[in-house]
Amino acid sequence: MPLTEPTQSGVALPAEAVADAARSGAQTAPAPGVPAAPRLHSELFYFAFRNWKFVLGSAVVLACVAIAIVGPWLTDHPPLAFDGPTDQPPSSEYWFGTTSYGQDVYSQFVHGLRAAFLVGGLGGGIAWVLGVGVGFTAGYRGGWIDDVLNMLTNVVLVIPTLAILIIVAAYLQVQSYTTEAVIIGLTSWPWAARAVRSQTFSLKTREFVEVARLSGRSTRQVIATELAPNMSSYLLMTFILLFGGAILIGASLDFLGLGPSESISLGLMMNNAFLASALLLGSWWWFLPPGLGIVAIVGGLYVMNVGLDEVFNPKLREL
Amino acid sequence: MSLRVDDLTVYYRSLRGDVKAVDGATFAIRDGEIMGLAGESGCGKSSLGKSLIRMDARMKHMRGRVELDGQELPIADDAKMNAFRFRRVSIVPQYSMSALTPTRKVGTVARELLESRGEGFDEVRPELRRRLELVGLSADVLDRYPIELSGGMKQRTVMVLSTLLDPSLLIADEITSALDVSSQRAVGELLVEFRDRGFVKSMIVITHDLAILYQIADTILVMYAGKLAEKAPAETIVGAPRHPYTRLLISSLPEVGVRFDETRLAGIPGKPPSLLSPPTGCRFRDRCPLAFAKCEEEPPFIELEPGHEVACWKAAA
Amino acid sequence: MLSLDGVSKVYKVGTFGGKRLRAVHGVSFDVAPGEVVSLIGESGSGKSTIGRMVLGLSRVTEGTITFDGQDVSRLERHRLHAYYGDVQGVFQDPFSSYNPIFKADRVLTLVKGFFPGVGRREWEDKVEAALHAVRLDPGTCLGKYPHQLSGGQLQRLLVARALLLDIKLLVADEIISMLDASTRIDVLNLLGDLKARGLGVLFITHDLSLGNYISDRTVILRHGEIDEAGATTKVFGNPLHPYTRMLVSSVPQLHTKWDSAAPKTVAALPESDAAARLVEVEPDHLVAAAGVEGGP
Repeated sequence: MPLTEPTQSGVALPAEAVADAARSGAQTAPAPGVPAAPRLHSELFYFAFRNWKFVLGSAVVLACVAIAIVGPWLTDHPPLAFDGPTDQPPSSEYWFGTTSYGQDVYSQFVHGLRAAFLVGGLGGGIAWVLGVGVGFTAGYRGGWIDDVLNMLTNVVLVIPTLAILIIVAAYLQVQSYTTEAVIIGLTSWPWAARAVRSQTFSLKTREFVEVARLSGRSTRQVIATELAPNMSSYLLMTFILLFGGAILIGASLDFLGLGPSESISLGLMMNNAFLASALLLGSWWWFLPPGLGIVAIVGGLYVMNVGLDEVFNPKLREL
Repeated sequence: MSLRVDDLTVYYRSLRGDVKAVDGATFAIRDGEIMGLAGESGCGKSSLGKSLIRMDARMKHMRGRVELDGQELPIADDAKMNAFRFRRVSIVPQYSMSALTPTRKVGTVARELLESRGEGFDEVRPELRRRLELVGLSADVLDRYPIELSGGMKQRTVMVLSTLLDPSLLIADEITSALDVSSQRAVGELLVEFRDRGFVKSMIVITHDLAILYQIADTILVMYAGKLAEKAPAETIVGAPRHPYTRLLISSLPEVGVRFDETRLAGIPGKPPSLLSPPTGCRFRDRCPLAFAKCEEEPPFIELEPGHEVACWKAAA
Repeated sequence: MLSLDGVSKVYKVGTFGGKRLRAVHGVSFDVAPGEVVSLIGESGSGKSTIGRMVLGLSRVTEGTITFDGQDVSRLERHRLHAYYGDVQGVFQDPFSSYNPIFKADRVLTLVKGFFPGVGRREWEDKVEAALHAVRLDPGTCLGKYPHQLSGGQLQRLLVARALLLDIKLLVADEIISMLDASTRIDVLNLLGDLKARGLGVLFITHDLSLGNYISDRTVILRHGEIDEAGATTKVFGNPLHPYTRMLVSSVPQLHTKWDSAAPKTVAALPESDAAARLVEVEPDHLVAAAGVEGGP
């Protein structure tokens, strides 16, 4: 079945015409089409500030941060001092009233906010570093490294975190919020690791990773310079969720009385209020602020995250 | 005429404005005709195909009329088109290998499809089995999950399901692009067989591959940047094309037998224009070696010889 | 220049690597300087795997790959880095080959590490020269993001990157299959011109017409084994293996209809541990033994 005869018919246009077109075509600047453009910074800000969820969430969180910073300066009552009248509703002297022990609820509240952010930031930060590190390594290297890290992740994931925290906290007698944050950080990283691992898996097969390898990049360099920047939105959202989660776990521990007792936190306030039967006494000013405070911070963070997801992923937006 | 399309204009909504995907398309297909719809990426061929069955929610039907077997198709109205889809107009979509729900058996998918159109599955089942055997699949494919079938088998299953109710018009959207050479031939010949056996009256085969259209299509319609460039019988398009774009395209295709050392083929320099704000006049003007002053005015898509329509001032001269 | 000898690739799949999947089995062929060798096969033939092994992106399970006399089958770190100064690759999807959040010309700066002592002026000159060699205008493609350039421009930019390194061998894995028909031929012609300057190319494709157009020698792969190999004119002009004949007859042509008498499928060969033996039927034309013995 010889096929050596060229079978092109004579449909070529006059040679000079084609050459002319070639010359002019090469100078034509390519017009941008309507491509799926990556989210460039300016576009991101545009969409971010138009997304009500992001704006609302971050407004709430920023307000709490502001109160946490400025609040304690506005009062001269130390949070734990028993120097006020007991069970007073809010007044001009004590803006949030007093506890059954004569402590200033406002002062406790604003100091508690600081503690919450400390636990969230440090605990969330530790979890983030661990989770992202494990996730990238397992996802990129694959093979037996992935198997081992996966097993480790699954084991830590399956352990009932709160139960472990309770035991550890009771045994170690946690003295400071730093310690509490570290413990939370060490136990809440697994789901972040899984999420980062699966994202890394899917990005790893993209050809730009091969191009980087062919340019002599090592594993560490590929992760740091190619994959991580591509996943920056994902990593940011993971941090926000870990931050909020750490605050929530911290508040739960404090509420159970397992947190540090030498200082004050929102969870501890609620614990004290509960133990002093504030509900029955009708001292709403004691447990409502800390409760609302936790809801505001954590809720605000989560709503902000949902908004960010829509900003980064245009398909989720309603057109 | 089986299908008549008149001034069909379809835009896509996008964040940056309207993408003028199909602009003023007018053509007709006879009963029993397989028309190839060819062009490069972004020319609007997929959009044209999908607009005839209204499968994409982002599409905005701007103007134009489509008539199938003398009856107007309500392509501007999603709900009204429902009565026509699958019955009168059907589509084998791109990536049809992924068109079968992975968590359901093939038979269940078929049943749901038929029942959603008000057809009883049990009445149609013998015909379904007959057709599956015709394409070389055993009837127990219906009891399998899609993951148990090979790519080629899934492709053929989707083709059978799409044509089960003997539609008047079948739109095959890039169904051979992802296949190997041997499967491409099998699927191409299957399309012709469906037409020959009367399972489908007429067909629009959308692809960028002119060579396979030469093998299976009766006529070929070439599109460029949302507009129709040329329509003629397959032999004419390949042997004696009149539109400069078609001529350049044909001469840039290497066939088995042409070698670089002997004949250096040439491509078409430049890029198609952006469909967000396409240029006035002939859209191929910037890349056309034969462009002259009149091309600033848009050339009409007119019949130069019986059965041969071209949109070019030079060709019409 | 490049020589594959009995190369095999076996994957361990399943939980804890229980099952074995043989993607490539006993493949041997050569690429000489200034020669384009086409590796033609359908999906699952192992052609991309071979490309990856040549590029050092995938481990060779058995056999050896030699480049300029040196064994490059299992290179690591520094030796691999030096190897990349001679051998580079371009892949199928131009938009996947670029990190979308960075500018397109970053792929050029990525290889700056190969030129430690080069100053800024000299580097810019090198870049301009490479861009001109691939017929890209520096003004229109530098400083742009990948989504602002066309597929053809992106692929050419990747070839420019390879040329910057002054490589001897380019592995082109389906580099034009995602491009439009009108730009394909330009990139192919570019490869032809580079071949004339002494560059060797391993051209991996499933499209026989492209292979026939550009290559000097052709290797036909099926299920990881070579069915037929040799000078392109001989393999296409006188295909002997039933699989090659089936492939050639199935390719849709522009002026001839499909031959209804030609076979449409070829029976698969039984699995065996020994690689297929290749028989030289004429100078520079090899066919797998089973194809010759079972032939008409």
